[in-house]
This record gives sequence, structure tokens and C-alpha cells, in this order.
Amino acid sequence: MELTRRDVLGALSAAGVGSVSGCSDLLEDGAAGESPTEDDPITDHDVETLVALAEVVYPSGVTEIESFVREYSVVRVREDPTYARGVGETVARLDDYVAEWHDDAYADLSASARADVLEQMAVDTADPDPDGVAGERIRYYLVNELLYAFYASPTGAGLLGLENPPGHPGGTTSYREGPHE
Amino acid sequence: MNSQNGADLDRTPADSRRSSPEPGRTAFDRTPSDRVDVCIVGAGPSGALIAAELSAAGHDVVVLDAGPRFDPADRENEMENHLRPGNPEPLWGMGGKRDAYSATGDHHYPLNAARVKGIGGSTLHWQGMVMRLHEQDFELDSSVGLGADWPISYDDLRPYYAAAEEAFSVAGASDNPFSPPREQPHPLPAFPPSYSDSLFAEACESLGITTHSVPNARNSEATDEAGACVGYGTCKPVCPSGAKYDATRHVNVAEANGARIVDRAPVQRLEHDASGERVTAAVYATPDGEEHRQEAREFVLAAGGVETPRLLLLSESEQYPDGLANSSGLVGRYFMDHLFAGVGGQLDERTRQKHVGFITSESHQFYDRPDDSRTAIKLEFLNYAGPAPADVAMTADSFGDDLLDDIWSAYGNHAAMGALVEQLPRKENRVRLDHSRTDDHGNPVPDVVWRLDDRTRATIRRANEIQRSVLEELGAEITWTVGPDDTGPAFHHMGTTRMGTDPSESVVDSQLRTHDLANLTVAGSSVFVTGGAMNPTLTIAALSLKAADHLAARL
Ligand SMILES: Cc1cc2nc3c(=O)[nH]c(=O)nc-3n(C[C@H](O)[C@H](O)[C@H](O)COP(=O)(O)OP(=O)(O)OC[C@H]3O[C@@H](n4cnc5c(N)ncnc54)[C@H](O)[C@@H]3O)c2cc1C
Ligand code: SF4
Repeated sequence: MELTRRDVLGALSAAGVGSVSGCSDLLEDGAAGESPTEDDPITDHDVETLVALAEVVYPSGVTEIESFVREYSVVRVREDPTYARGVGETVARLDDYVAEWHDDAYADLSASARADVLEQMAVDTADPDPDGVAGERIRYYLVNELLYAFYASPTGAGLLGLENPPGHPGGTTSYREGPHE
Repeated sequence: MNSQNGADLDRTPADSRRSSPEPGRTAFDRTPSDRVDVCIVGAGPSGALIAAELSAAGHDVVVLDAGPRFDPADRENEMENHLRPGNPEPLWGMGGKRDAYSATGDHHYPLNAARVKGIGGSTLHWQGMVMRLHEQDFELDSSVGLGADWPISYDDLRPYYAAAEEAFSVAGASDNPFSPPREQPHPLPAFPPSYSDSLFAEACESLGITTHSVPNARNSEATDEAGACVGYGTCKPVCPSGAKYDATRHVNVAEANGARIVDRAPVQRLEHDASGERVTAAVYATPDGEEHRQEAREFVLAAGGVETPRLLLLSESEQYPDGLANSSGLVGRYFMDHLFAGVGGQLDERTRQKHVGFITSESHQFYDRPDDSRTAIKLEFLNYAGPAPADVAMTADSFGDDLLDDIWSAYGNHAAMGALVEQLPRKENRVRLDHSRTDDHGNPVPDVVWRLDDRTRATIRRANEIQRSVLEELGAEITWTVGPDDTGPAFHHMGTTRMGTDPSESVVDSQLRTHDLANLTVAGSSVFVTGGAMNPTLTIAALSLKAADHLAARL
């Protein structure tokens, strides 16, 4: 299953960034930079880390994760500077943890090592908490954001038979339709 | 005593976009107007409708509301806040010292989940189900010997029900064989039944239970006021598109007619004249710490079923040591809510839940009481049973393909029924003042004293029985039941300033005017004599429009 630009717009709308729907400009110049600036509050490395995490937390059949996450995250952080700061700081914490065991940053680890790190940091069982310990912050700022982007969008929820998930203005027809399978 | 500077500091983005109808006054100036025709306390649907009606008739109207004016531009953010777990921010700003309360009855009452303070009132958060009470509701005592009769009949309210449906642009159909007589179709067509409704309808049919559409205060088609519902599915607690009716619509109408709407102006007490027969002023506080007096010829108290009696009790005076309009001693008494009863389970087929956030089928077959053995039951077929995929994902302890499998088994085959169950008026259920605790202005907080009686519990059990039989007929494995021991309130605060003809047994008359004070009207569900089991706001609106007619005649 391939993630497309439509999916990005759907995910952004579910995330309450609905004003960008249909406005492709924001997505066109949505490239991230080396270091955070006022215009670009998220770095390339932050985005790479989010992509690396998405590859672990999204189902294996999903493709084009990189462009989906990149476009989603850039617009999302631009809309919410507090969130952007949280992402940057949390990526640094994740890398700090990884640095104790490996020479690489989290984004450079193999897929299985990335999954192991999440387990070691108890991200799988952590409650999301923006002010909590590292695992709780990772759950809040990184993992749940990614899961939300995917499963609250028509694409991710659609995999489960919910083409119009809560938060998505998908009209008043689908609720009347029977199962598609 | 000019609050200009202080108010300026408290100016919100919503304030800046507003202009004031009064020349020479900025919109965020909260100082009082010269004596006006009508001062309304509360900008929920009740206060807003009265303000819209009376301002349209050319009267000077000031509305004071305790809460803020929320910016409609924030609604998408509010929705996101609500959908994302781990976001501690309370929606609509409820809670804290402003909203402190006690709940000392046998059954805890979660008051701050049950109301919103702000321009638009609790309709900002509501679900928007709007049905008329039945004829039997108005004559419960004489028909089956339960509760008490209202001093008005269904026929008295009938034209106002039609006007209220018009005001809310209600989407509904005339397919309900149990509903009371009506004169014309609803303003908008009903939302058609959901896929899961069709499963329920089949099971119900084999059990001899009739299902039908639900009237919704939600645009099924675009109107001049708002676009059609686009299916965000987050109606409760927030509709980002504005397709769900909320009272800001009538606040805007009132404002366009020249009414003044003052937000963050909690009324502290009402003052009366030396004779004790007329209210002279509403004393209100402003964010800058000042207190002001708004004088008016007529006053309307529309602050909801808890704050309305509280404000009357807070307005005690030498002449009225037990509170204003309380010569009967019944202000705050007979507090009622509707009780939720529910049963849910899982089927071995897909049920397509969570596409929209409102319901499209109900059964009112068990509404009217056959005798005094039980109270009213309103059955609901839910369109949002079980979790959504994102809910499961964000709380799951698996990732990747395992997570997808987990969501697959958690989402998609749930089915559930809800019900509202009637609670009869009982004197010991009440809202009173808790003098041991104070709010942010030093006023004693409301204490909600609430318990369930045996008849209500029995009716909840009966509702559960019916629900269980339907789900079993559907072939569901029943996984949860909300019965008499774990039931909760539906957030409909009724009965605390009951209507009646006898001043010793009621607080307001059939015009909604207090027996004790000639220029004080109380509007809202606090005047209900019995509560039925229908969501109350259409009746609140109908009564408010009726009260507006009486007020207009007196002005
Ligand atoms: C979650 C939820 C779902 C609901 N769903 C439905 C539904 O589907 N159908 C239905 O019919 N009803 C529903 N309701 C109930 C419905 O919202 C209320 O019946 C309705 O809003 C009551 O209208 P009102 O104008 O009387 O009071 P409110 O809407 O409560 O407004 C009262 C206003 O008075 C103000 N106020 C209070 N004290 C003071 C004071 N001292 N000074 C100045 N202002 C004051 C408050 O700030 C508030 O804005 C729901 C309620 C909740 C909470
Ligand atoms: S489903 Fe609810 S929240 Fe969405 S547009 Fe319709 S009324 Fe509003």
C-alpha cells in the first residue's frame, strides 16, 4: 500500500491542520533544513528519525513512508512551534540513549535494532507524556504522532474498513455503506 | 470605575474581531449599559433564543455570560486536542476554581463534564439530539400516577416546538409512529439510517420492536446559517464545521439585532427593590476585578439547571434570607437527570462504526409508561461502538504488523445500544450551596445532592433486558453492560426551579415568571416538572420561545 500526497492531506486534516487542505504550496516548499530556524523549525535529521521510527511502527506493507512523514511533519511542526521544539528535543534524547550502545544515531540503525530500542526504552508500554521520562516523551512526540497521522487518516483507518475516521471530514455517505470486502 | 484598561488586557482574539452595537463602546468594554429593557443571564440556547427574539422585536437587550467567547477559528484545534490521548487540556476550559463544586449525594455527580460556560453554553459540547416530549409527559400523575403534572399541556407547547425545530434547523422525518402529533415536516430531511442501523432494524423486527429516524440539530443540507454536515464525527465535544447547531448562532442573530453580549461577566447576585417584588439589577464581576450593576425592566435567568438555582440562593437578602424566588423553599429541589443504560458486544461481521459522531436510529416504543411500574425509556442504536483504529494504535503496546493485527481485532465488529431512562422528581435530590467552599469570587459552590431511587434502577434494568435481547438476536457476544450500579447521568440538569400554578409548590408559573418577583423569568430545564427521557434542549428552546412571547407582551 502506497502513501500518497492525498494521504498527507488527509492526515493533516485529521491532525487539525485542515487549513492546508487543497493548498499545495505549503507542501511544495516544505523541505526541511540542516538546523531549525524560525521558518523551518524541524531539521533534516529530525525528519529522518521520524521516518526511521515510522518504518518500525507502520505495517510492513506500507510504502512511500518517507515522503508521507516528511510532508506531514514539516507542515505539522510549522503549525505548532511547541510541538516542533518537543520533536527536536525528543529526537536528541532518543539519540543520546542510542549513543550509549551504538556508534550511530537512531535513524542509522537497522530496522530490527530500531524496534529493539523502542522495546528497551519501554516505548511500547509507555503512557504518552510531553514532560515524562524519555520513553514517555518519545511515545508522545514521535511515536503517537506518527501513529495518529497514519491511523486517523482515511488511508490507515481505511485498511481497517474505516474510510472516514473521526477528525476527517469525509462526508455523510460512507456511514451508510456496508462492508467493502 | 471604568474597566476599559483592565478589560483591554483581557482582550482575546475573538474580542478584536468584534464590533460593538453600541456607538462609542468597544466590544470588550464590559461596563454596564444604561437601564435596558431586558437583562439575560446566560448565553446558552435558552438565553440566546430569548435574546434573539426580543432584540428582533426592537427591545434593548444585554446578555451576561460567565464564560468566554470562544473563537470559532480554534475549533479544529479543539477537535485535535480531544482526539489525541495524553493531552491534558480540558476542553472548553471547564474546571478550576471558577467551576468548583461539591457532590455529596449517594451517587457522585460529575458536574464539570456536564456543562460548558461560554457564549453558546453547553451546546458547544452537546450531541444535538432534539426530540419533543410526549403528551403523557405533561400529565404523568393524572395518567399513570407517577411524578407530577405540568401546568401546561403538549398542545400549549406545540407551536413553540415547531418554532424551536425551525430555529435549530432540525433534520428529521415523520416515520416515528410513537411521536406526538406534529403539524409540518421538520425543516431539513433526516439523516438516513447507518449500515449498523440496518442490522439492528432486522433484529428488532423479529422481536416486534419498531425503529425509526432521529431528529438532529445538525444540518443534513446547507442552510443560510451553516453548511451541511461533512462527517468529522467529533460532534461531541466539538463540531469544527459548524454544521451542528450551537447557540452562538442565535447569539450572533441577537448581536446583529443590536443586543449586547458580555462575556466573562459572571453574575454574582440579583438585587431587588424595597418592596421585594421586582429585581432591580444583576451584579456581575469582570476580569479586571471590578463589579458592575446592570439594571433592566425585566430579568431572565438562563444559567442552566445548576447555576440558575445557585444564583437564586446566592441572592439572599434580609427580606429573602433563603434566597430569591424561594418562598416555596423549592429552589434547587427536585433535581433530575436522565440515566444512561447500555449494552454492547461484538459480532462476527463488520459493523462500520465511527464514520459519523451522531446516531441515526432510535426506538421510542418503550417510552410511554403503561402504568406506574416503570418510567420512560428511550432506546438508541449507536453508530460509534467500540474504539476507532487511532484510539487502539495510540494506547497499544505493539507496533508494525502486530499492531495492525491488534487493531483488526479491536475495531470494526462492535455494536452497542444506549438508552435514556427517566428519573422522577424527588425532593431530596437537590442543588444547594456548600458554604464550606468558595469559587474564584468567594461565593459558596454548588453542591449536587443526587441519588437513584428503586424505580429508576428497575427501569434501567428493564432497558438492559430489552437491549440484551436485541443484541442476542443480532448474534452478538455481549461484552459490556451499563446497568443500575454503574449508570451515570446524561448531563441534563432538570427540575430545580419547577413550574406550577401553586406558589407553595413551585417556583415559576406557566409563563416561566417567578411567583415571587414580577419581573424575573427563569428559562431552561430547571423549570421542568418531570424530565421524561427525551434529551431536553428542544423543550428548553420551546419554553424559552414561549417565555419570550410573554416577556414581549409585558415590555
Ligand atoms: C456532553 C453533553 C451532551 C449533550 N447532548 C445533548 C443532546 O444531544 N440533546 C439535548 O437536548 N441536550 C444535550 N445536552 C444538554 C444541553 O447542552 C443543555 O440542555 C443545554 O445546553 C441547556 O441550555 P441552557 O441555555 O439552559 O444552559 P447552558 O447551555 O448550560 O448555558 C448556560 C450558560 O449560563 C452561563 N452562566 C452560568 N452561571 C452564570 C452566572 N452566574 N452569570 C452569568 N452566566 C452564567 C454559563 O456560562 C453558560 O454559558 C448535552 C450536554 C452535554 C454536556
Ligand atoms: S459529523 Fe458532527 S462534527 Fe462532523 S460536521 Fe457533522 S455535525 Fe459536525
